[in-house]
Amino acid sequence: MIKALIGKKIGMTQVFNQEGMIVPVTVIKAGPCTVVRKKIKQTDGYNAVQVGFGEVKSFRLKKPVLGQFTKSGISPLKILKEFRSSESDDLKVGDIMDVSMFNDVKSVSISGVTKGKGFQGVVKRWGFAGGKDTHGSRFHRAPGSIGQSSFPSKVFKGMKMAGHMGTDKCTVLNLKVVKVDLDENLLYVKGAVPGANNGIIYVYAADKSGRKLNK
Amino acid sequence: MNIIEKIESLSLKTDIPTFKPGDTVKVHQKIKEGDKERIQVFEGVVIAKKAGGLRSSFTVRKNSYGVGVEKIFLIHSPLIDKIELLYRGKIRRAKLYYLRKKKGKEAKIKRLDLNTYAK
Repeated sequence: MIKALIGKKIGMTQVFNQEGMIVPVTVIKAGPCTVVRKKIKQTDGYNAVQVGFGEVKSFRLKKPVLGQFTKSGISPLKILKEFRSSESDDLKVGDIMDVSMFNDVKSVSISGVTKGKGFQGVVKRWGFAGGKDTHGSRFHRAPGSIGQSSFPSKVFKGMKMAGHMGTDKCTVLNLKVVKVDLDENLLYVKGAVPGANNGIIYVYAADKSGRKLNK
Repeated sequence: MNIIEKIESLSLKTDIPTFKPGDTVKVHQKIKEGDKERIQVFEGVVIAKKAGGLRSSFTVRKNSYGVGVEKIFLIHSPLIDKIELLYRGKIRRAKLYYLRKKKGKEAKIKRLDLNTYAK
């Protein structure tokens, strides 16, 4: 049984824990996800399950994607994602995976797409210190030197410069599970999660070091 | 009501007594020591109240053997067992931070009849 779900970030708030201390939590609508397709080593080269999340009207999907749903008799789903599984996995197409899988899980790792920041300078994007604002300083937020002279006569690849920031895939490891709400399919994790509210995120059960416990 | 508001409303207390800045209160706080739990009482003047749903807090100030002591409590915290209202105070502003600079008689607040809250 794989321990991963597709979810939606609802937002952040604070809750009181059992000791009465206030804890910052992100609330995630995790699942329910439906198994849409199974991939097995013999035919596909690897073991995985494709799961879907979020209802969608059928006319919003392209025909090839929709065909997959009509064939298996599952109502159309908005987000599709493959999770690697083991050979012994007993999930079948049409099975529902819900947040109850995190009941006995202590921590999760969460992947998502970070908020877009647009075109940003080196101070915000790479944490350059910049110069003094006052006292006659003429060097404020510029990057400074980006290399040497006739040797090497080029700017090295990967030089930290201004450019587009955000909308990157980001995984936060080892977030503590604070609460699992089975009625509302909600998962409370301690701390922040990448992306804006209502963004799609992937939640994986994690081991001690934060690695995914997929198989 | 959105989901976040719903979650926060679950841990809101409903049995909080009416009290305002300037009032003298007794705050009964649960303190855990190992596996034992006891109640500690902090008595003083409410010098500020901050509204913010679940995050609402209030500050209580008292004079302990010549040293000013302030404690900030979360109103909805489960660690607060009880808030007892002792006296009402006659004050003219919402935040009584000026009391920190006052000493002796100047730091006193005139008391009002408790029944004024009953209206």
